[in-house]
Formats: sequence, structure tokens, C-alpha cells
Amino acid sequence: MTQTLPSPGFDITRNGEVAIIALSGEWTLDHGRRLEEVARQLPEQLGDARRAELDIGGVGRLDTLGAHVIDRLSHDLGSDGVRVEVRSASPLHRTLIDAVKRRGLQVAPQRKSRFVDLLSDIGRTIVNFGHDLVRGVSFIGEIVVAIGRALFRSSRFRWASLVNQLELIAFRGAPIIILITFLVGCIVAQQGIVQLQRFGATAFVVDLVGIITLRELSILLCAIMIAGRSGSAFTAEIGSMKMREEIDALRVMGLNPVDVLVVPRILALIIAMPILSFLASMAGLFGAGLVAWLYGGIAPDTFLARLQGVITAKHFAAGLIKAPFMALVIGAIACIEGMNVQGSAESLGRQVTASVVKAIFMVIVVDGLFAMFFAAIRF
Amino acid sequence: MDAPAPAPRLAPGDPIIRVRDLVVGFDERVILDGLSLDVKAGEILGFVGGSGTGKSVLTRTILGLVQKRSGSIEVFGQDLDKASDAERRAIEKRWGVMFQHGALFSSLTVAQNIQVPMREYLDLSPTLMDELAALKIEMVGLKPDAASKAPSELSGGMIKRAALARALALDPEIVFLDEPTSGLDPIGAAEFDDLIRTLQRTLGLTVFMVTHDLDSLASACDRIAALADKKVVAVGTMDEMVECPNAWVQSYFKGERALARMKG
Repeated sequence: MTQTLPSPGFDITRNGEVAIIALSGEWTLDHGRRLEEVARQLPEQLGDARRAELDIGGVGRLDTLGAHVIDRLSHDLGSDGVRVEVRSASPLHRTLIDAVKRRGLQVAPQRKSRFVDLLSDIGRTIVNFGHDLVRGVSFIGEIVVAIGRALFRSSRFRWASLVNQLELIAFRGAPIIILITFLVGCIVAQQGIVQLQRFGATAFVVDLVGIITLRELSILLCAIMIAGRSGSAFTAEIGSMKMREEIDALRVMGLNPVDVLVVPRILALIIAMPILSFLASMAGLFGAGLVAWLYGGIAPDTFLARLQGVITAKHFAAGLIKAPFMALVIGAIACIEGMNVQGSAESLGRQVTASVVKAIFMVIVVDGLFAMFFAAIRF
Repeated sequence: MDAPAPAPRLAPGDPIIRVRDLVVGFDERVILDGLSLDVKAGEILGFVGGSGTGKSVLTRTILGLVQKRSGSIEVFGQDLDKASDAERRAIEKRWGVMFQHGALFSSLTVAQNIQVPMREYLDLSPTLMDELAALKIEMVGLKPDAASKAPSELSGGMIKRAALARALALDPEIVFLDEPTSGLDPIGAAEFDDLIRTLQRTLGLTVFMVTHDLDSLASACDRIAALADKKVVAVGTMDEMVECPNAWVQSYFKGERALARMKG
């Protein structure tokens, strides 16, 4: 089984004006490179012959590539003014060569210049950005209308779907969110203690941790986690339904995909986010308290007493107020990206990535806007 | 190329695929029980059977996508169980598969799809590869501009043709077709049957075709194998199938649709 196959070759004998080219070997895909070489060398060695006979009687196996190269050879020679005749082909080889010849010579499509490609890419990106913006605004409008519809005609609202999404987002998402905010609470407390110790102000770590956890940390971590966990899931679910025409199927049944798929998800997010944010705050404070006790020597009752003194309801509220807005942003972006999925698996991957990246970016932008707003009204 | 030389092409009529006493099942369910089948070199074998009786399972078992419980499968005279990895790869180079829904890679264009096996197995210049892809595209009856299209831009019939072009990329000796004409209109299906017939003749292919289509069976296939009761119950030409006493074969080939076809 391991003997090497004779690789393709040729042999030219001159008979006056006529060059007789005897081809030999296996003209198959396995010898692709060699075949190209043969096709390049052969015309050079033909000299001034005006007529050529391609004798392919000595060719072993022939496949479409071999037939194509033979066809291209005779075509190329023909355009150089050499008359070519293919001789002694077996019936099998003849059919194959004819099948290839009938189709003529293929011209590979020309690539446009890179510069033009670049310009058209830039143009397309800008146009797409505009489309994105318009579509995003109209989609948010659609969501608001759909939520309104759901509120006023609650009999048609999909409660089962809402509860299912709540389980997926809030119940199954809670452990990991609690864990990471607990850990971040620990870390912030530890760093705070290290720095404040130098001023002999270790006790202030309670103020630091309490305010930062309630106002920023819990909601931000929570939103980022939800964007990665649930936002990506929304995009993938809706996107793969779009790919397989399930969204179209809903539409032709008279069901509005926004009502069926988007509203339950976004409402579930809006309900789940404050709950998760609250859990995250508690976990963060617990972690901070633990570190303060074990590492900073602040006893739990001292920690709690100081916390009670520092934290007012407005710190608590400042964090929670942001939660529904973050939920709306994450949910809307995830659903829009899902609806934008085109036919291919690659497009699905691209939209899921875009969904998570855009959602995290927008969450941070929204958080910044809230910080400015709260500062302006001295909240 | 370091691949071992392929065994000499089999003479027409030799069994190119030989399945013996094949048993395949999932969990408690036995799908194929003691199935034996020969596919002869150079023929088009149509494989029929009711929905869910395991036609695709047999194809997938031969291709190694489904594990078998017992029995043997020989392809090109080589037992697939005993083949080493290199030998297996050599065999895989010599067969092409067209999946029912095309299974074109959605992130690649049609031409790139056809070039996937070429890139993997062959040493060709990009120009030649483009020419070869264009050639295959024309051979299966697609327009040249289909080359740069994504699978999502193609119609059902075009996807089938593109999938066939990819199956033919390496000039295989055996082509497996899973319901090649399903989802095509009768005219498109007839054209596809002609195409398979023509390609089979020009390229000297052996075709293993799973199908439901009576027209395909009558116009394209040399022999027909019928699957019922977890076994191949009948193998033969269309005329022989009509004579077969098996109840399922009778209802299939002598049903109203079949009779209408015969008269027409």
C-alpha cells in the first residue's frame, strides 16, 4: 500500500513541425503542485512548434483536476497560436475531458483594491451605526408599547414565561452574584484597612465599604454579571430562533415576537435586578464585616453600630433606584442584538459578543450619568 | 504526499461497500438488527424505507458518525474497525457526503466551503483552488456568481447543489447522498436526478442515495434496497421491487402514487 504513485510528467519529441507530447503518471489531486509545474514548464519547452499532439495514452488515473489542467494547457497553447490535439484518450478519460471542456475556462473573480475596500468598509460602518441607532430607538418604543399592552390586558400576558425567566435570571443567578460581591466586599475592606491603618483611622473602613457597596459596587457588579449571564442568553435564544425562522413563524400566527419573547424577559430582568442588587449589597457588607473582624479587629457589633450611624436610607435607595434602569438597558440591547442575527452561526457569535460588550459599556455609562445626577441634586 | 497509495480502483460490479450483520441501537432501542448490504462499484444504489426506520442511521454508521453494536463494515475492501487512523483518513478522502440539509459551513462562502477539504488534504496553489472550485460549481449546475455567496443567501435547491459540489471536492469514488431531492419541486428534483446520473457517468462514481422519491428511484438508480423491520428486505431493480412479496415494499411500490407514476 505504500508504493509511491508515479507523479505526472511529460516527454516531448519533435516530428518536423509537430511536437508530440506524451503525458504520463497520475494526473490527480494528490499531485496538484507537480501538475501546476508541468503546466508551466511544458509550453516553454515546446520551442517553435506550430502543432502539438497531446498523447494522454500513458496517463494512469485522471480526475477533474487533471482534466482541467489538460484543458487549460490546450487552451493556453491554442491562444499562443499552437494547434493542439488530444490523442489516444481512453473512453473514460475522454468523457471527463469533454465534461470539463464544455464548461470553458473559468476566470477567478478579480479582487478590488484594498483602498476601495477600506473606504467602503468605513462607509458601511457609519451607515450601519445610523441604522442601529434608529432601530434601537424604535425598538425601545416598541418595548414600552408592548409593556403597556401587557399591563392593561394582563389576561394575555405570558405569566409562565415571566416566572420561568425569573427563575433563570434571579434564582439561578443569585449564588454566583452573591459569591462575587462577597469576595469583592472582602477585598475592598482589606485594602481599606491597610490604607486607613496608616492614619490610625481603621474604623472609617466601615463608612468606606458601606457607602461604596450600597451605592455603586453591588449594582455595578450585578449588572455586569447579568449582562454576561442573562444578556448573552437572551441574544443567543432570540438569535437562534431568528436563524431558524421561528420568529417569522410566530409573526404569521399573529403573535407579536416582542410580546412573546421580549416583554417577559425584560420584565423579569426589571423585577430580578433590584432583588439581586439587594442580595449583592448584603453579601458585600457581610464580606466586609468578616474581614473587618478577622483582619482589622473590628468586632461585629461595633461594625454594625457604626454602619447604622453612617448609612442612611438614601445610600440604600441610590443603589436600588438604578437597578430597573440597568435592567432595561441590558434587556433592550440583548433583544435588539438577538433580532439582528442573520443566517449564519458566525453572525450569532458576533451578535452575542456585541450584546455583552454594548450592555456592559452602557451599564457603566448609565451609572456615570446617575452619579452626576445624584451629585447635582445632592442625593 | 505521504498518504498511502489508494488501492487500485475496483472493477465495476465488485462490492465497494460491504455491510454484514450490522446491529445499531440507542439505549434500549434497536434500530438496525442484522442488516447486510452490498453496494457495487460504479452503481447508483437507492436506499428506501419508511420515516424513522433508520435509513440515515445506516448511512451515519457507515460514515462512522454512529457507533455500531456488532457486525462489520468494509469500504474499498478494508474493514473500518481494523483500519488505522491514517488508513481511515485515506478512506475518508475517497468518499464524499452530501447531508440532507446541506450542512454547508454558514460562515464561509460556497467557494470556500468547497475548498475546505482541498485546503485540508491537498497542496494546491490558491489560483488553481479557485479554478477548481469554480469548475465544481459549474459541474453541479450553479451559476458562477454563486461562488462568492454565503449559504444563507442560497435557495433550497442551490444549497443542495452547493453541498454536492463540496462532496465532490476531492473527486471521491463514493458519494453518499442523504435525501438529495427532498424539499425540491418535481422539476428541480428531476434535474437533480439527471445531474447525479451525469456526474456518476463522467466521474465514474459509486452513489449511495437515501431517498423517499419514487421518481429518483426509477430514473436515477441502478438498484434499490428497501429497509423494513430493521433489515434490508429486498434488493434489486425497480421491476424486481414491484414483484417483492414484503408487505411494506408492496405498499410502497404499489401504492397509488407509484401506480400513477408507472402509468404516466
